[in-house]
Amino acid sequence: MTTSAPTPPALRDIHGPSALGGGFQRFCYLAWVMAATDFKLGYFGSALGYLWSLVRPLLLFGVLYLVFSQVIRLGEGVPNYPVLLLLNIVLFTFFTEASQNAVQSVVRRENLVRKMHFPRVTVPLAAVLTSALNLVVNLVAVFVFILAYGVNPRPSWLLFPVIVLVLATFTFGVSLILAALFPRFRDVEPIWAITGTILFYGSPVLYPIELVPDDWQWVVLANPVAALLETARVAVVDPTAPSVAEAAGALAWVTPMVVFVAVCVVGLWVFNREAPRIAEEL
Amino acid sequence: MASRPIAVDVEHLHKTFRIPEHRVHTLKERALHPFRRTAYEELRVLDDVSFRILQGEFFGILGRNGSGKSTLLKCLAGIYRADEGRIRVAGHLAPFIELGVGFNPDLTARENVVINAVMMGLSPAQARERFDDIIEFAELQRFVEMKLKNYSSGMQVRLAFSTMVQADADVMLIDEVLAVGDAAFQEKCFEIFDSLRAAGKTIVLVTHDMRLVERFCDRAMLINSHRIEGIGDPKEIAQRYLDANFIDAAAEAADAVLLERAHISDTWTADDQGERSDIGAHGEPLRVYSLIEARDPIPDPEIRVWIENEAGARVFAASTLEFGRRIRDFARGERRMFAVRIENRLVSDTYHVSVLVRSRARPQEVSAIRHRAARFSVVGGEHVGGLYDLEHTIQLEPVGKEVTT
Repeated sequence: MTTSAPTPPALRDIHGPSALGGGFQRFCYLAWVMAATDFKLGYFGSALGYLWSLVRPLLLFGVLYLVFSQVIRLGEGVPNYPVLLLLNIVLFTFFTEASQNAVQSVVRRENLVRKMHFPRVTVPLAAVLTSALNLVVNLVAVFVFILAYGVNPRPSWLLFPVIVLVLATFTFGVSLILAALFPRFRDVEPIWAITGTILFYGSPVLYPIELVPDDWQWVVLANPVAALLETARVAVVDPTAPSVAEAAGALAWVTPMVVFVAVCVVGLWVFNREAPRIAEEL
Repeated sequence: MASRPIAVDVEHLHKTFRIPEHRVHTLKERALHPFRRTAYEELRVLDDVSFRILQGEFFGILGRNGSGKSTLLKCLAGIYRADEGRIRVAGHLAPFIELGVGFNPDLTARENVVINAVMMGLSPAQARERFDDIIEFAELQRFVEMKLKNYSSGMQVRLAFSTMVQADADVMLIDEVLAVGDAAFQEKCFEIFDSLRAAGKTIVLVTHDMRLVERFCDRAMLINSHRIEGIGDPKEIAQRYLDANFIDAAAEAADAVLLERAHISDTWTADDQGERSDIGAHGEPLRVYSLIEARDPIPDPEIRVWIENEAGARVFAASTLEFGRRIRDFARGERRMFAVRIENRLVSDTYHVSVLVRSRARPQEVSAIRHRAARFSVVGGEHVGGLYDLEHTIQLEPVGKEVTT
């Protein structure tokens, strides 16, 4: 047993729970431990284990590929369409899976929230991190597939980690709003499930952006996820594809950037406002 | 003791919960009743609570269920935000509100210890470093790689407890975790408490078990109806808690309140000559005396004395109501002695005397109560069981055998 320090520590104020606070190191430890535990438990007890996180998007890809290249022939004339489809699916799955996990994250961790003092933001952050771990595993497989398909690495690939980071940040911003509102408004969950489906078809996941009527392209690209998918396409899969600016004009980045900043700011604000009393709402 | 630094300083703490009368959870409900403002019921849980705990103190907080003691603990732990007031804590504080927060049944002991220790404020590296100590302390070396769901509840508790001990907190908040576990485990907890005390830790123990308070605490605090009712010597606080706890039963009224208009300064038993004695011979008269001191005037008073056995069964009660008339009001500062003479037919056992003073007009307002104020033993007599040895004779007769053919 360790004995207490000879010099007594100074008194400090206890302010009650908050979104952040409590030291940066502890913040990181908590988020990491929670995320790693969930990642480990996610596939606990299944025979294939982590492979499932890979099999799911691959199966979805297989089905969608068959439908859109053989039946509807959407991918005709699109360079490297199978690779594009796979990358899009993996990135978009990350966005929906992470945000949907985050919706109920605070309620799911009720026993922690009601029994411990810790920065509340770590709860939705851990939900996003868990999905991010899945994403990393999946991306390894995706890049093996990309290379096998014959796409050659280019310097622009270096942009890809930045794209993933921005996507994860946006996902976290959305997750903050959802996680903060869910304890008070349980409708958030079905609403977000439907929104996820709408966004899936409303983003250039299955189809390339060129197929969208010119006047509407900027609407589709106002969604930061769509803009990021398109940027990833140009950077990794197909340098000849239209960039966001080429598709919707020089100012095309303005709308998704405004949306991005707005979501992150609102997310932090809402969560910060709800955090002190979130334990009492449960 | 006064020279010791302060470990916990709470000043004028207020906490109110807003309980919505009609909980609006879904948007549909919102949409159907857009202008209905949610009505809230304000529930005051802590009302101007102030106290200080010194470093190295073992501090007990006693209170009945719903008195606000758990809310106070959660405010100290930073789980609830105080509405008003200030809470200051010296150093690192580890709350132990539930056993093994974050424990997951599907993970091994090793993984769970790391999670729990990080929750308590260690870094993952520190947690892994101390893991051997934790496991050794919990005496679970053989089960390190076993999943927690295969642990017995006692083993889980041991693991949680030793993680807490190793969490290196300057101040520990412990909430009635001892309610779980068997007698052997409780003994182990008591040993841990003793060693924590020896190590000079500041410990705040929230409980409704007054025996724990009496056994471990240097000082104790009684919370009743959301306010501090007293801070001081654990024995005295425990007694007041007991009085408050039994007030409903004693006053035979729900929601009885203690007004402390009088003080029961002494209660004792004596033999028939009036000689003080805590032994009553069976069959001999027994006298019970109680000295009452009024702090404020008590109109139309009633004094009641009752005797219960160790198990809590009330075997006898006597009251000034038996005079059949109104007795003189108590004046401020007046002292009177209530005496009861009993033909002692009680069987040999240990008994307790309790005393209650109140106004006849308002029986739920208790002016003074002293639960188990005096103790006496009854000796002698030949009895085979029961509570009283009633006057009786026994007979045993042969009964003629009726031969039926």
